[in-house]
Amino acid sequence: MTTVLPESPAGLAAALASTGYLADDGLATAGFLALKLGRPLFLEGEAGVGKTAFAQALAAATGASFVRLQCYEGLDAAQALYDWDFPRQILHLRAAEAAATAAAAATGVEPDAAAIEAGLYDRRFLIARPLLQALERSPCVLLVDEVDRADDEFEAFLLEVLADAAITVPELGRIAAETPPLTVLTSNRTREVHDALKRRCLYHWVEHPAFEREVAILRKRLPEVTERLAAQVASAAGRMRELDLIKPPGVAESIDWAGALVALGARELDPDLAAATLGAVLKYREDVDRVRADGVDKLVAARP
Amino acid sequence: MTTTGRDVTEVLVGFARTLRHAGVEAGPDRVQTMIAAVDALGDLTPGSVYWAGRQTLCAEPDDLAIYDAAFAAYFGGRRPARNNTLPAPQRARIAAPYTSGPPGGAESTADEEEPTVLNLSASTVEILRQRDFALLTGAERDEVRRMLALLGPATAPRRSRRRRPAKRGEVDPTRTVRAALRNAGEPARLASRRRTQRPRRLVLLVDVSGSMTPYADALLRFAHAAVRTRPTGTEVFTIGTRLTRVTRALRHRDPDAALHAASAAIPDWHGGTRLADSIKAFLDRWGQRGTARGAVVVVFSDGWERGTPDALAAQLAQLARLAYRLIWVNPHRGKEGFAPLAGGMAAALPHLDEFVAGHTLAALDELVHVIAK
Repeated sequence: MTTVLPESPAGLAAALASTGYLADDGLATAGFLALKLGRPLFLEGEAGVGKTAFAQALAAATGASFVRLQCYEGLDAAQALYDWDFPRQILHLRAAEAAATAAAAATGVEPDAAAIEAGLYDRRFLIARPLLQALERSPCVLLVDEVDRADDEFEAFLLEVLADAAITVPELGRIAAETPPLTVLTSNRTREVHDALKRRCLYHWVEHPAFEREVAILRKRLPEVTERLAAQVASAAGRMRELDLIKPPGVAESIDWAGALVALGARELDPDLAAATLGAVLKYREDVDRVRADGVDKLVAARP
Repeated sequence: MTTTGRDVTEVLVGFARTLRHAGVEAGPDRVQTMIAAVDALGDLTPGSVYWAGRQTLCAEPDDLAIYDAAFAAYFGGRRPARNNTLPAPQRARIAAPYTSGPPGGAESTADEEEPTVLNLSASTVEILRQRDFALLTGAERDEVRRMLALLGPATAPRRSRRRRPAKRGEVDPTRTVRAALRNAGEPARLASRRRTQRPRRLVLLVDVSGSMTPYADALLRFAHAAVRTRPTGTEVFTIGTRLTRVTRALRHRDPDAALHAASAAIPDWHGGTRLADSIKAFLDRWGQRGTARGAVVVVFSDGWERGTPDALAAQLAQLARLAYRLIWVNPHRGKEGFAPLAGGMAAALPHLDEFVAGHTLAALDELVHVIAK
C-alpha cells in the first residue's frame, strides 16, 4: 500500500471527500496536522457527529490500513496488545515430542529439547491484538474508540505504547513500527482522561455540521435521496437540535432517518411520514413527546 | 529550516500568554506544539492560525469559548478580558494546639488570619458536632472546618469487569495452559481467577444559591474531603443559576486553597436557583454521557426552586434512572417543624433513594455512612 500525504488541509479535505466523508475546515486542519506532526488526534463531540467515521475515512484517504481498538472496562494488555496462543503451543509441543521420540527410536539420536522449546515461542504462536496489529501493519490509522471507558491503568499503558511506537515481547524481542501509526482517540467524557495523555495529542471538538454540509453529506451517503428531501431532513434535524432534547440527533441519526424515508419511497417529507418515522431519529420517548408537542408540521416546515 | 520567523514566534508566544491569563492551561509544551503546527500549515492566514492554536492549546470543551474570545481579542487588537480563575494564594496553616485551661475569650479573638485556640473536651466536640453550621461563631467554624477535613466520604465497591488471579473462583484458561506448558504440556493444576472490585463513582451537586449561603462553605469542604479521598472517582458540580464543574479546583491538597479556587470558578455564588435547568445542564453535558451512570449521586439543596416543580421532577426522574442511588441532602431536614413543602422539594421526593439532613457535622458524618451503603 502507498501512503499519499496531502499537501494542505484543503488537500486532505478533498481526499476525504473522495472517500465519502465531508470534513469541515477545523477537522481537516486537525487531520492534516496530526499527519504532518505525527501526533495523536484526540476527538471529542456529541455522539453521532462522525468521529469514528472520520478515522476510517482518514485511513482510506491516505491509503493506510485501519485498526480499531474499542475500549471497555477491564481491557488489559492480553486483549489490547498481544497474547500467546497456548492451545496451539501445546499441540505443537505434543507433535514435536512424538516426532522426536519416533526419530530417536529410529536413529538413536537424542531429541533436541532446546530446539523444541525455541520453536514454542515463535511469531506464529503470537496473536496480535489491535495495538500490535497497528504497529505491524504500517502505515496504519489506529482508532482508540471511547478511551474514557477503559480504566486509568490502561491509559498509562497506552501512553507508553504510543510514545515509543514499539513494544517488547519478552520471549521474542522488540517489535517496532516502520512508521508510527496515526492514532485517533475518541472520548465521551464519562471521566476525565489523564493530562499526560491529552498533552501528547492534538485536540479537536467535532461540531454538528452546518446546514449545507449536512445536505451534502446526506446526498453523498445516500445517492437515492432527492435534493429536496435531504434539505428537509437536514433542516428538521437542525430544528430538533434546538429543542433541548435528551439526545439531539447527530449526523448518524439524520442519515438513518433519510435512509428510512428513502426506503418508504418518499421524495419529500410531509407531516404524516415524519410522524411515522420519528423512531429512526429520536431514541427517547420523552424526546418524541416533546417533538410531537412542538408540532411535527413545524418540523417539516422548518427553514435552516 | 522553518518558515516561521522569530517575530511570528513572539506573537504566538504572546498569544499563549494571553490565553493562560484567561484561564486555559496552555503549558510550554503545548505552545511549542502550536508553533510547530503553524509552521506545518505554512501560511499565516487567520483561519490557519486559529485552528492550529485551538487544536494544540485547548484540551477540553470548556477551553474553547475562552480561546475564541482570547483569539478575537489578541488578534483583533482589543484588550482581553481577564478571567478571575487565578491560582489560589498559598497560605500556610498550622493546626491549632488543643490546649486545656480557660479559653480566654476565644470567640472574641476569632480572626480569619491567625490560628485560634479552642478549649476542647469530648463534650465540646459533641456540642460542635450537633451545632447548626449557620449558627457557628468564628472560632467554632475553624474547628468544625478542621473536623470536616477528617471525613472520608467514599462509595461502596461494585464488581468490576477486570479479573485477577485468585486462590478460588472460576477457572482461568490462560494461566492454566501457560502453567501446563511449563510441565511439558501436562495440566497439573487448575489456575483460577476472580472479578475485582471497583468503587462506584461519586457525583456531588452542591446548590450555591442565596438560600444555601450559610451551608455552602461546609458542604464544599465536605466535597473537598470526598475529592481528596478518591481524586479520580469523584466529580463535584455547583448548581444555582448555572452548572459549574469544580472538581479540578477541589483537587488541591489544602482545603482553604481548594475552596478559594472553587469560589473563583463559580460565577453564580449566592444567586437565584434554577435547579431544573442546572440539573438538565449536568445531564446533557455529563450525566447522560456516563458520569451519572451507575454512580452514587448526591444533591445538596434546600429545594427552593424558581422554575416549575414539574420541570424539576422530570429532570430528577431522568437522573434517578441513570444513577445507582440518588441521595438528597437538605440542611433544613434536621430542624424541628420541617416538612418538605418547598415546591421543588415536594416534587423531588418520589425520585429519591435517600433523603437526609446536612446541617451539622454529625449529620454529614451520617451522610458518609449513607454514601458508603
